[in-house]
Amino acid sequence: MADSANSVETLGYHTLQELGCASGFPSAVRLEQGACAVIECIQEIPCNPCETACPNNAIKIGNPITNLPVLDADRCTGCGVCIAQCPGLAIFVVDMGYSARAATVAFPHEFLPLPNAGDRVAVVDRTGAVIGDAEVLGVHNPPANDSTAVVRVLLDKRLAQHARGLARGESTLG
Amino acid sequence: MRSVDVAVIGAGPAGLSAAISARRQGADVLVIEQNPKPGGQLIKQIHKFFGSKEHGAGIRGIRLGESLYQEALCTGVRVWLDASVFGIFDASVLLVARGLLENKSASKYKVHAKSIVLATGASENSVSFAGWTLPGVMGAGAAQTMINVERVLPGKKTLILGSGNVGLIVGYQMLQAGADVVAVCDAQRKIGGYAVHAAKLSRAGVPFRLGFTVSRALGHAGVSAAEITKVDERWKPIPDSTEQFDVDTICIAAGLKPYAKLALMAGCRMVYSGILGGWVPAHDRCMMSSVPGVFVAGDLAGVEEASCAMEEGTLAGLGSARFAGLGEPGEIAELSHRAEKRLRELRMGRFGDHRQHAKNLIVEALSRG
Repeated sequence: MADSANSVETLGYHTLQELGCASGFPSAVRLEQGACAVIECIQEIPCNPCETACPNNAIKIGNPITNLPVLDADRCTGCGVCIAQCPGLAIFVVDMGYSARAATVAFPHEFLPLPNAGDRVAVVDRTGAVIGDAEVLGVHNPPANDSTAVVRVLLDKRLAQHARGLARGESTLG
Repeated sequence: MRSVDVAVIGAGPAGLSAAISARRQGADVLVIEQNPKPGGQLIKQIHKFFGSKEHGAGIRGIRLGESLYQEALCTGVRVWLDASVFGIFDASVLLVARGLLENKSASKYKVHAKSIVLATGASENSVSFAGWTLPGVMGAGAAQTMINVERVLPGKKTLILGSGNVGLIVGYQMLQAGADVVAVCDAQRKIGGYAVHAAKLSRAGVPFRLGFTVSRALGHAGVSAAEITKVDERWKPIPDSTEQFDVDTICIAAGLKPYAKLALMAGCRMVYSGILGGWVPAHDRCMMSSVPGVFVAGDLAGVEEASCAMEEGTLAGLGSARFAGLGEPGEIAELSHRAEKRLRELRMGRFGDHRQHAKNLIVEALSRG
């Protein structure tokens, strides 16, 4: 498992290409069928909360704990419980089957102030570049998330494989 | 003179775990911590931890520190906060000053212990460059203490030097606290920390400058800009490669070194391990140093992370109880065996293999005598 060639280590962000080959990435066909977790974790680090977080046993790490997470996309219901349980904030839920043109993406969000449902927001890709706007469908932040809010947005389907967060607002310090 | 079975110095993840496991073997345990708050570095780790469920993965470090402390108190461990050990004699007598921070004058105590666990942690490395003494140049750990413990923002615009996990995490937490992070630079060509931490910064729009180091801090009363310069494979500056960023803070995350003053005072033999942060006390698999009855754990025994510190603490606590003549040897052996197994698992993979190797060398160094 020579992952030393991962471009994330020289770029600071994952490329879709390197993620596409990873064990946590569902197929395009599966994403069209409805909401599914997308796990962007391709380094062998000692971490496994996603495995126990999943109520459907769709994420497998096993022993040793440094194994990469393997997603069983057929078992995944896209419930999103894993999003806030991943300490690396590396799990997203994408639903390409929302409508013919629109998709939803849910991602972890740990900056204040939190957006509200109905807000129009600018979304960023993995590099932090603003790639378009989206409508906030919901902000899920129950006590079990311990302040890692899960923000679900509705956006143009073509953005769904790229949108991974909200644009960081103007500095609160002005 | 007060007498205890086991004295633990340091109430971080290693020290508290050692205290809990020694107490469970029936030892009368006293933890001595120089800070007024227990938890060691956990008191400022507001991010969710990696690791497995049994190491508190998914739980924010601050809560982990608090729960270890409560567990220690519930099992009957005594904890002295705001108490500094300033002398250690014959591997059994400690001189302690209590109340320095709260009362400005300390009460002094002599404590006799049958065995001692040193869990004194580590200190930050610095990097010197022109202007590095200007206010605004600080350790990343110091910045993290300011934002997460004291709730004071050290600056509005920050440059981070060092892309290891500390640099990445502190960069993210500076953003959360409301500062801008203009860049993370590192003389290495690859990001040192976890990709998932780097990815969080990238999503927030923070650029990486790999192969760059800080060459100069500019400013008069404080930092007003940071100049970074590209370096070649031998870390020699490449001419005309400088970039300048307007910043008021430069956070240095250049690694940690074991804080070994008490280990040296106790007479522990030291071995050098670059991978584990520098000079560390040689120790055996049960974490006993070259001085019988003096155990080491956590970052002092080699800089790693909190999960390893807790497991090493567990081993040291079991060993110290056994050394004090307590506990049931079969049970201690079984519990130690399990902790060792978990440690080996934590030290697997590309972020762990080299640490396991370095640890093996330290154990071998001690057995060679």
